[in-house]
Amino acid sequence: MKSKKWLSAPYTLWSLVFIIIPLCMIFYYGLTDKTGAFTLENIMAIATAQHAKALRLSLLLSLISTLICFLLAYPLAMILANMKVSQHSFILLIFILPMWMNFLLRTLAWQTLLEKNGVINNVLSFLHLPNINIINTPYAIILGMVYNFLPFMVLPLYNALSKIDENVVNAARDLGADNLHTFFRIILPLSVPGIISGISMVFVPALTTFVISSLLGGSKILLIGNVIDQEFTQASNWNLGSGLSIVLMLFIILNMIASAVFDKEGEGSML
Amino acid sequence: MKNAAKKIYIALIVLFLYAPIGTLMVLSFNASKTRAKWGGITFKWYGQLLHNDDILKAFGNTLLIALLSSVIATIIGTIACIAMSNMKKRTRMVMLGITNIPMLNADIVTGISLMLLFISFGFKFGLGTILLSHITFNIPYVILSVMPRMKQLNPSIYEAAQDLGASPVTAFFKVVFPDLLPGILSGFLMAFTMSLDDFIITHFTKGAGVDTLSTKIYTEVRKGIKPEMYALSTLIFVTVLVLLILVNVTPARHEKTAISGMSPDKS
Amino acid sequence: MSKELIHLNNISKSFDGQMVLDELNLTIHENEFVTLLGPSGCGKTTTLRILGGFATPDAGSVVFDGQDITNLPPNLRPLNTVFQKYALFTHMNIAENIAFGLKIKKKSKAYIADKIRYALKLVNLEGYENRMPDSLSGGQQQRIAIARAIVNEPKVLLLDEPLGALDLKLRQEMQYELIRMKNELGITFVYVTHDQEEALTMSDTIVVMNQGYIQQIGTPESIYNEPENAFVADFIGDSNIISAVMIEDKLVNILGAQFACVDTGFGHNKPVDVVIRPEDVELTAPAQGTLNGVVTHLIFKGVHYEMEVMAGGFEWLVHSTALHPVGEKVGIKVDPYNIQIMNKPASEDEEAVAIEI
Repeated sequence: MKSKKWLSAPYTLWSLVFIIIPLCMIFYYGLTDKTGAFTLENIMAIATAQHAKALRLSLLLSLISTLICFLLAYPLAMILANMKVSQHSFILLIFILPMWMNFLLRTLAWQTLLEKNGVINNVLSFLHLPNINIINTPYAIILGMVYNFLPFMVLPLYNALSKIDENVVNAARDLGADNLHTFFRIILPLSVPGIISGISMVFVPALTTFVISSLLGGSKILLIGNVIDQEFTQASNWNLGSGLSIVLMLFIILNMIASAVFDKEGEGSML
Repeated sequence: MKNAAKKIYIALIVLFLYAPIGTLMVLSFNASKTRAKWGGITFKWYGQLLHNDDILKAFGNTLLIALLSSVIATIIGTIACIAMSNMKKRTRMVMLGITNIPMLNADIVTGISLMLLFISFGFKFGLGTILLSHITFNIPYVILSVMPRMKQLNPSIYEAAQDLGASPVTAFFKVVFPDLLPGILSGFLMAFTMSLDDFIITHFTKGAGVDTLSTKIYTEVRKGIKPEMYALSTLIFVTVLVLLILVNVTPARHEKTAISGMSPDKS
Repeated sequence: MSKELIHLNNISKSFDGQMVLDELNLTIHENEFVTLLGPSGCGKTTTLRILGGFATPDAGSVVFDGQDITNLPPNLRPLNTVFQKYALFTHMNIAENIAFGLKIKKKSKAYIADKIRYALKLVNLEGYENRMPDSLSGGQQQRIAIARAIVNEPKVLLLDEPLGALDLKLRQEMQYELIRMKNELGITFVYVTHDQEEALTMSDTIVVMNQGYIQQIGTPESIYNEPENAFVADFIGDSNIISAVMIEDKLVNILGAQFACVDTGFGHNKPVDVVIRPEDVELTAPAQGTLNGVVTHLIFKGVHYEMEVMAGGFEWLVHSTALHPVGEKVGIKVDPYNIQIMNKPASEDEEAVAIEI
């Protein structure tokens, strides 16, 4: 097609106003105090005991849930990719459909399921298994994270795995590789773009969530997301909130770099 | 044996994903007002839903924003894809990189960054700011589903249409657009879904007094969710499910005949 | 013939209720270049996949060197495959690709390095060890796929349309290379293609397949010169296939004229099909041939002229170096040994098999 330079104008303008400038605003607020003078105080505030504890807990919980998501999703994605159904969109649908039930309600429903006399404990009692009481604990938060973000791990993995040429796998077998060899030498390395994409799609929202922790963790557990949310919606200390966000963004940027390095072609994308 | 294990595994994951949804559906028929107790089956919440103006208003806002933001995002995103396909590789990579920011960035950061923008430039908080924010995070979904189609597009067909006498605009709408359409549609649906399901960004950009379903639920959490909310969510979910089944039944049959007609010998 | 190496016994295979192979029997000899030739969907690739272990037959057995390998997984079979579109491991460099099978067999480093050098030399790609597959052209990737297979010293190399994605010139070059490699390595090649020219150029034995059945097995010469049925005649090169009546031994009535031929044993006044290759039709002055006709089309083809001659109600395809302009009246003559007589298909079913492609 002929070059129509002006076609790029709407989006260029839009991304400038609503993506680039807002990010600059965070840096502006994060690096200044209430009078507008430059300061690193807002960023250094991460080192205070309360904030550091929230960040550590966030990192711990999000790493654990990312790992669980990966361990659950990889076999699932392999099974789905091997089914060779031509209904790519159907599989996509199964994992997107739950989003049509409101995210907050879905998460709240876990309260009902996890309660002392809830459905899960009733089933466990019926099977003569010990009951679980994880509501309002970090375990419930992990469960909420895994529940909400699992699709974001499954879809990129499924995409990457179903793109692997069947004959490449056959070739490995043909050259003498057994199942284990084929998996570790061929399938796993070829799915790296999907793995990286899945990890960043799960890790970032898990690290920064404040909703799941406030819905399932009770009011006592504070994640870094909760701290930032409070600075903005209750304390109205935007400078401090922005400063903490900048710290959070360091982790996000690390994540972006990893995606850029390992997934140049966008092969692991979700769609 | 192995196949059975695989099927059980898939079933367990699907159960895990859909159990809360089933729970909410059951709760919408619960005669008891708290979700902790089961009080027998009732349809009264569905009836009361029709008279709950608060919830209906929030639902209206949610739909309006989802529809407007996904339509506008689809238009901007599609035009952006056409523009990007003409760009030099380097410029395109920069544009795609920027596109990825709202996707890879945390919702909370996107939310507060937009909030700071609106405050600093004196925007009036309300439906307008929510709409602008939703368009912003929806565009990447459109671009990411249209761009692959764009790459597959045979550039000759546009030239062929012009060679056969079509004006550039006619050529675009007659031959290029139909090829992009599946990508555009799935981008639109994705954007609509994401907008409908969003809480975090709306939370920071809505201002006082305006609510979508998500923000309404969030404020209700402490005092207890009104059962009408379960009824409404069930209605939405079932509607979508039925629509999807209707849409998918016909193409699925086509696909099947196409598969059985295909020769297994690919030589 | 040398020793028999592989037996396919009564192999049947169907996909989704569709029969792809029906009681197929085939013997492959040591050191033979066998080509499975046929149109899409004829079952040739399925046959190769059954040999490689990527598909299991519904019935029948695969016997390799006296051992039943029907249910042996691919990684334990003494055969290697060169896949269609190469199937190189894109995350490994060329040396790692070639070394893949050897590392699994736990060969020594020195041995592997030696083998890589030898294989790259064999495929004329010395010095490519550290390149990535994506940076190679189609032809080069093809050679690497071959190198990767042969370093394992398979007794049989299976090749699935290996030249299909290459352009004509490169394809012809690779055909010679493959023959050279086969002679150098002294192993059996089983080659799948739908390109009859490729099959004629390279093979010791051609197996013509259609609709899951073997139509004919033979040397390239015998397949070309003595096709056993209309399908083979039609599939291998251009030909005139004409309905005729065998009057008696060595005499056939074609389109109302009597032609001498060399075939015997078809009986008296028996309907048959005759195959006459276009280059075997001689054009003479009118009335000097067996049949009279008029030239209706003429195309210059470089080496020869291609003409269509209407004679006896049939459009004859004729290749000749002599020019006969459109509208010229000509006579048609065929040497007796250039007339190939075939039995008519016994049933409609068989005919359908022969015609439907």
